[in-house]
Amino acid sequence: MNFPIDEIRKDFPILSRPVNGRPLVYFDNGATAQTPRQVVEAMDRVYYEHNSNIHRGIHTLSNLSTEAFEAAREKVRDFINAAESRQIIFTRGTTEAINLVAHSFGAAFMQPGDALVVSEMEHHSNIVPWQLLAERMQLELKVLPVLDNGELDLAALPALLDERTRLLAITHISNVLGTINPVKEIVALAHSKGVKVLIDGAQAIHHTKVDVAALDCDFYVFSGHKMYGPTGTGVLYGKAELLEAMPPWQGGGEMIQQVRFSGSTYNELPYKFEAGTPDYVGVVGLGAAVDYLQQLGMAEIAAYEKELFAYAVERLEGLGDLIFYGRAAQRGSLLSFLPEGIHPFDAGTLLDKMGIAVRTGHHCAQPLMDRFGIPGTVRASFGLYNTKSEVDALAEGLLKVRQLFA
Amino acid sequence: MTIEEREKEIVEEFSMLSDWMDRYSLLIELGNDLTDFEEEHRSNQNLIEGCQSKVWLYAWEKDGLIYFMADSDAIIVKGIVALLIRVLNGRTPDEILEAPLAFVDAIGLKEHLSPTRSNGLVAMIKQMRMYALAYKTKLAR
Repeated sequence: MNFPIDEIRKDFPILSRPVNGRPLVYFDNGATAQTPRQVVEAMDRVYYEHNSNIHRGIHTLSNLSTEAFEAAREKVRDFINAAESRQIIFTRGTTEAINLVAHSFGAAFMQPGDALVVSEMEHHSNIVPWQLLAERMQLELKVLPVLDNGELDLAALPALLDERTRLLAITHISNVLGTINPVKEIVALAHSKGVKVLIDGAQAIHHTKVDVAALDCDFYVFSGHKMYGPTGTGVLYGKAELLEAMPPWQGGGEMIQQVRFSGSTYNELPYKFEAGTPDYVGVVGLGAAVDYLQQLGMAEIAAYEKELFAYAVERLEGLGDLIFYGRAAQRGSLLSFLPEGIHPFDAGTLLDKMGIAVRTGHHCAQPLMDRFGIPGTVRASFGLYNTKSEVDALAEGLLKVRQLFA
Repeated sequence: MTIEEREKEIVEEFSMLSDWMDRYSLLIELGNDLTDFEEEHRSNQNLIEGCQSKVWLYAWEKDGLIYFMADSDAIIVKGIVALLIRVLNGRTPDEILEAPLAFVDAIGLKEHLSPTRSNGLVAMIKQMRMYALAYKTKLAR
């Protein structure tokens, strides 16, 4: 396979820094991905060349800054195949995007006695905003269970989508189990029952080609920092008719049309949901991250990662003493496991001493940990710059961990 | 032995081990050797929940001195717990309140006591000092 892995790794200077005297093996991409110099340089250029507040000024720098910001919006629209750029709303991240939908969709479309569905494998950011909404509006929050192999119990889904149910919030790829949910089919089923769907794409957007038109989802959310972009940026995609009907969330400058003390009117999409000065530097960086991925090609990235993932499964299963969580037929991008009899904190601490960065604990998915009766897992999550030799380093590291506990 | 002498003893033990693997090996050994935590005290009240690992702490007073018993589900945390108990066990409340616990840094394990490391250790030390304060107040009456 012709994936330019050496060139790619050079784009990420941080990958060559040592950690505890050893080469860094960065396997915590599920928490955040590293940022290529192309993205950093794009943001530097904003500060050095045309930094200016957007939309409101008439001078040259302001126009350049506005163009760069709106160009990034168009890049994101194209990246996920949304119909119009007014359906792309910039937020601070996935969490904020979900909170926005919870608030505004709730206000527009829900009433006391209605119901919502989330799954047992959701990240806290796709659980708590709905809990808060349910409390505020006296809604019922129902849970779609997860099977022992880490797949959703899809057989249980139709019954949950009853006549009182308005929305289903579901993850595209699980941040703990690596399960790739059949979101297209789930959306079709939900729609047949009159239920809207929000898809949490935080762990998917950089691993697989996302086509919101093909998925026909009502909302799709993701974060910039997980897709090799800067922190503090994120995207909410929504169907135009839904976003139009939803009331504003945060009020302030930019999202208004006219402000009078007798009453204010609101701006059109997308600005209605973008109050105040946005992180326009970060958004330009996000656009540069989209460019970076588009240049490599999502299909090429997915193919490379598929091979790497298969190698990781083979190497780690080959050790013979790891318990894996998440063995769905369709899975990828990360592996959660426990070395038998060893607490994840202990394993992760020792791996860190060897320069290997993994994540341990509940991964912001406590309900899922409770379901499996474990305190947490060790999670190795892969990115487009990881290599087979890094997987080998992890395998050798786990052998050393085992030795220390023998 | 004073607290300072106890801490010095520990620092010497660890300074002989320059390799991180040996240090953690010792820590794991200490964790495994820690006196068994009495099950009757393993309650939610005595649980200090961290993001990464759990710690149970139980304290009692005898003849003006404070004694501790602790446990963790992570062995490395248990090892550090063992060291803390070695230093703070059977001391007066004031000794516990004033102990700087510099030895942890000296043996290269300071990272485990940074507040962001939610392994329960920082909360445990705070709890130990609170026990000391509570017993000090009680004894003063």
